Amino acid sequence: MNILVCISKTPDTTAKISFKNDSKEFNSDGVQFIMNPYDEWYALVRAIEIKEQVGGNVVALNVGGSDTEAIIRKALAIGADEAVRINAEPTDSMFTAFQIAEYAKSKGFDLIIVGKETIDYNGSELGAMLAEYLDLPYVSYASSLTLDGSKAIVQRDIEGGVEISELNLPCVISAAKGLAEQRIPNMKGIMMAKSKPLTVVEPVGFESKIQTIGFTVPPAKSSIKMVDPNDMDELVRLLSEEAKVL
Amino acid sequence: MTAIVFGESQKGICKKSAFEVVSFAHQMGVQDIIALVTEDTTNGDVLGQYGASKVYKIKGLDSGAFDSKVWAKAIADFSSSHNGNIVIFSHSSFGKSLAGRVAVRLGAGIVSGVNALPEGDLFSKSVFSGKATIKYQIKSATKVISVMGNTMKPIAIGQSVAVETIDLGAAQSSTKVLEIKRVEGTVPLPEAEIVVSAGRGLKDPSNWGIIEDLAKALGATTACSRPVADAGWRPHHEHVGQTGIAIRPNLYFAIGISGAIQHLAGVNNSKTIVVINKDPEAPFFKAGDYGVCGDLFEIVPKLTEAVKKFKETHS
Ligand SMILES: Cc1cc2nc3c(=O)[nH]c(=O)nc-3n(C[C@H](O)[C@H](O)[C@H](O)COP(=O)(O)OP(=O)(O)OC[C@H]3O[C@@H](n4cnc5c(N)ncnc54)[C@H](O)[C@@H]3O)c2cc1C
Repeated sequence: MNILVCISKTPDTTAKISFKNDSKEFNSDGVQFIMNPYDEWYALVRAIEIKEQVGGNVVALNVGGSDTEAIIRKALAIGADEAVRINAEPTDSMFTAFQIAEYAKSKGFDLIIVGKETIDYNGSELGAMLAEYLDLPYVSYASSLTLDGSKAIVQRDIEGGVEISELNLPCVISAAKGLAEQRIPNMKGIMMAKSKPLTVVEPVGFESKIQTIGFTVPPAKSSIKMVDPNDMDELVRLLSEEAKVL
Repeated sequence: MTAIVFGESQKGICKKSAFEVVSFAHQMGVQDIIALVTEDTTNGDVLGQYGASKVYKIKGLDSGAFDSKVWAKAIADFSSSHNGNIVIFSHSSFGKSLAGRVAVRLGAGIVSGVNALPEGDLFSKSVFSGKATIKYQIKSATKVISVMGNTMKPIAIGQSVAVETIDLGAAQSSTKVLEIKRVEGTVPLPEAEIVVSAGRGLKDPSNWGIIEDLAKALGATTACSRPVADAGWRPHHEHVGQTGIAIRPNLYFAIGISGAIQHLAGVNNSKTIVVINKDPEAPFFKAGDYGVCGDLFEIVPKLTEAVKKFKETHS
């Protein structure tokens, strides 16, 4: 089983967010970056589990500058066999999906797993785009993935329930909570990661179809209105008459 | 301008999100709004009331047999042949699987999770766990967007329209749905207008009766914090936050939840937030609109009674 896992970096949720260049750009100075949790905890670990069961090779791929190598090494320490970095800033998801597709199209991957979204921009676009570029079946938000010969059985979260479907390999899956249990890299993994191959690939030309105009920070919430715990009629009145939500 | 709007249905009935996206296109000022629905949809005509000028059922698409490849091809082909300028989806489990595919097929720029009406070709969405809003320009002639649930209240403005069935040709299936399991009887969380959510402050799963009573009185859907779902106190589909689902109801009750940033990431776009917590220093009080400081085991039953009283006098 030849498995590709796409990983990206994202600011930690607890990071202080600020902008520069007239609010046109995210200010990454002093921001703690982590591997996107959906990529790390679910996509990568499920790929490794499958490899452990049926044999094969897990490639962790990142589109990013050389500053992402710490994250790539972490993926190798958790258990990916090799890594690829496409040397470009992932400016938007279509650009990123195009780069990954260009790399993957001739590599014969049986399975491609991505995180369901990144926790910074929450686009949830990449998996679908990659599947379309590669003309493959795609299931998003997988909370369970098992293989049955040349078929994948996938359970995905839908509004108010789950949908279970069957698709032929090769296919693209996006990973949600439940797909696997987080693994913490151990000392041996960290040591081994140092000698695993990391290939750097140059990007292919692509003209972006969207452009960032700028960021705004929502106005601070006006301070909360406290209600006497013994007067719930007052809370209901406020919700009805003032907030107009009842 | 022509908008192609995909109206989702469940078991053949248009979902609220279908009315929302048609209404969104209408409020964008689009005159020519073509709604596409699956072949099994029985009430597609109603989309006309929200602004659709035409409704087509696509032959061969069934709401119980989702196949992102086949559906995306059909929607993209339709948009190309009908000169769609913008294709609009809900930012749902279906829309998320389709929008990116359709954008690639059409060579169109895409913004997903749009949270407000656009200004010309500028589209905005919430980013960094609700800590900022980003504005994008879509430069391509054809555009694709997906719209967050509850962004737009669907407003009926016109008449139902006739529904036609269109045959876009057969496509080879890529995915076979084996089974769909749904929690019956409640509004799914992403669609709920009122959500009653509880956390570790409830102390034990056997205490959830007071939360369910309040939810019932309000006609609300229940949710929970992550540790509560992880401990198996509540089912996983109730887990909201960064690693659970992101919601934006009109009214969110946070009961016995401390308000960690990872929790807020999934709920802080709610229109109105009520916080009930015994700790005056709980971070949630900084993110809320109304707060009640005290013991939830005393407060929640009182609130339920107050809601019941209100409903009796206002119905
Ligand atoms: C990477 C990452 C991702 C995460 N993702 C999520 C996520 O998606 N969703 C999520 O919810 N969390 C998430 N978390 C966990 C999050 O950081 C918090 O730990 C969690 O939200 C806390 O849950 P809680 O508020 O229910 O419990 P606690 O933090 O224990 O808070 C319980 C609250 O109940 C109050 N309380 C106790 N008894 C009473 C009483 N009798 N009356 C009134 N109030 C009472 C307490 O004052 C306290 O504020 C994530 C964490 C990490 C590191």
